[in-house]
Amino acid sequence: MSSFTAIVRRDLRLAFRQGGDGAMAVMFFVLAALLFPFGIGPEPELLARVAAGVIWVTALLAALLALDRMFMTDWDDGTLELIRLSPLPLELAVLAKCLSHWLVTGLPVLAATPLVALMLRLDPSSLPMLMAGLAIGTPVLSLFGSAGAALTLGARRGGVLVSLLVLPLEIPVLIFGVGAADAALSAGAGAAQLAILGALFAFALPLCPLAAAAALRQALE
Amino acid sequence: MTEFFAMGGYAAYVWPAYALAVFILGGFAINAVTRYRAAARELDLLQARRPGASR
Amino acid sequence: MHRFANPARFMRVSGVVLPWLAGATIVLLAIGLFLGFRAPADYQQGETVKIMFIHVPSAMMAMFGYSSLALASAMALIWRHPLAEIAAQQTAPLGAGFTAICLVTGSLWGEPMWGTWWVWDARLTSVLVLFFLYLGYIALVHAFDDPTRGSRASSVLALVGAVNVPIIHWSVVWWNSLHQGSSVLSMDGLKMGWSIRIPVLVMALAFTLLFTLLLVIRMRAALLERKIRALRVLEAEAVPSDYSFAAPEASA
Repeated sequence: MSSFTAIVRRDLRLAFRQGGDGAMAVMFFVLAALLFPFGIGPEPELLARVAAGVIWVTALLAALLALDRMFMTDWDDGTLELIRLSPLPLELAVLAKCLSHWLVTGLPVLAATPLVALMLRLDPSSLPMLMAGLAIGTPVLSLFGSAGAALTLGARRGGVLVSLLVLPLEIPVLIFGVGAADAALSAGAGAAQLAILGALFAFALPLCPLAAAAALRQALE
Repeated sequence: MTEFFAMGGYAAYVWPAYALAVFILGGFAINAVTRYRAAARELDLLQARRPGASR
Repeated sequence: MHRFANPARFMRVSGVVLPWLAGATIVLLAIGLFLGFRAPADYQQGETVKIMFIHVPSAMMAMFGYSSLALASAMALIWRHPLAEIAAQQTAPLGAGFTAICLVTGSLWGEPMWGTWWVWDARLTSVLVLFFLYLGYIALVHAFDDPTRGSRASSVLALVGAVNVPIIHWSVVWWNSLHQGSSVLSMDGLKMGWSIRIPVLVMALAFTLLFTLLLVIRMRAALLERKIRALRVLEAEAVPSDYSFAAPEASA
């Protein structure tokens, strides 16, 4: 277990030491979301209608930004080889990587959401559901992202390729995340969508580390 | 006959659909056969250069 | 299963089967098209129903293609079946092609029916996502300098995608039911009489045979290409017999 936390702590330290990585994803999230009023006009009703969707899509894209570095730097300097040789199962190491990715991208995005929601005129009654959905959904983004990052390790144009591979898989998360927020507006429900998001999380939690570990083993051969 | 080609006024939609299918599927067919023939020819050439090699 | 693992045996068997497969494909395509064009115009859709004879079978082939891709990838990963990787890689472009046909014919059907070139109905949207899954797979195969890495990684991707396809489809269906305006928009809501259903089924069978035929020819070509590469490598490694490896004498 200590290897698990060691990986997480190391990644966090690296992310905040380099400064850029830690803040970049959340800054992209805020900036990209705030582009929309410039694009579609500042009219409150229109913005409120699209706010949940815009927040979710930009959160997704922000999570994608940090993905190709998830394993790349460790692969380049040999740390990945050491991780593979350590007693910690590779699947758990991948989970540790997912956790640190989420702590550096998903969690700050979650923290910035109320501010962005305010500026996009999101109806306040749907904010709790939106945040709950993001809280469950952003780890799923990190999980699918880890599989994509592992598969494209060492590929040409890996950064763009990861997006192409991961985005279709994350469509269900997007659908139900926005669905939860929108449902909160009308019926006051949204719990069903959250439950489905939870199911997606439970599904991704074992599957993605398995796939990612298999891909990492191939990359390290 | 002209009725057949007019397709009840929807000719502009029906015929391009079939044309696309023929184009793509026909393209795959031609490409597959051409690839195979070219590979077979090249393989014969290479094997002729190596006397005693088994097929 | 492993009796067919031998590439040479595959070449022999497929060589024998191929003419019959091609003949059956052509016959079924002819029957399907004949029945289709003889079918009367639909009272709802008019003659645009004729597009269904291409659209529905190609949708089925899009699914069939991805299932084959996933199955072949599983066999490549789990059993290291030597033909499986080749089968998977040759299937993907075919599946993508049928998917593209499905999408475009769907648009061509939608414009006269609903007055719009694209509609976010559940089936078309799922097929669109499937198209991107195919593209991702093909991109990953070719993204590495080392082709082995490309095959292995894309096999994993195919399996991850396959497991997700039902989830994606189900999510899209739910999403679509939420945002649906009128119920007429659903393609599945249209009633199809037997004069339509039979040609569709015949065309579906014909497309399946066509898919298999194209796949077999492509696999044969790929196997030959693999042999060519192996022979080329041998040629490059062979050193001419009069070449001396001795170090050049240092001049005094």
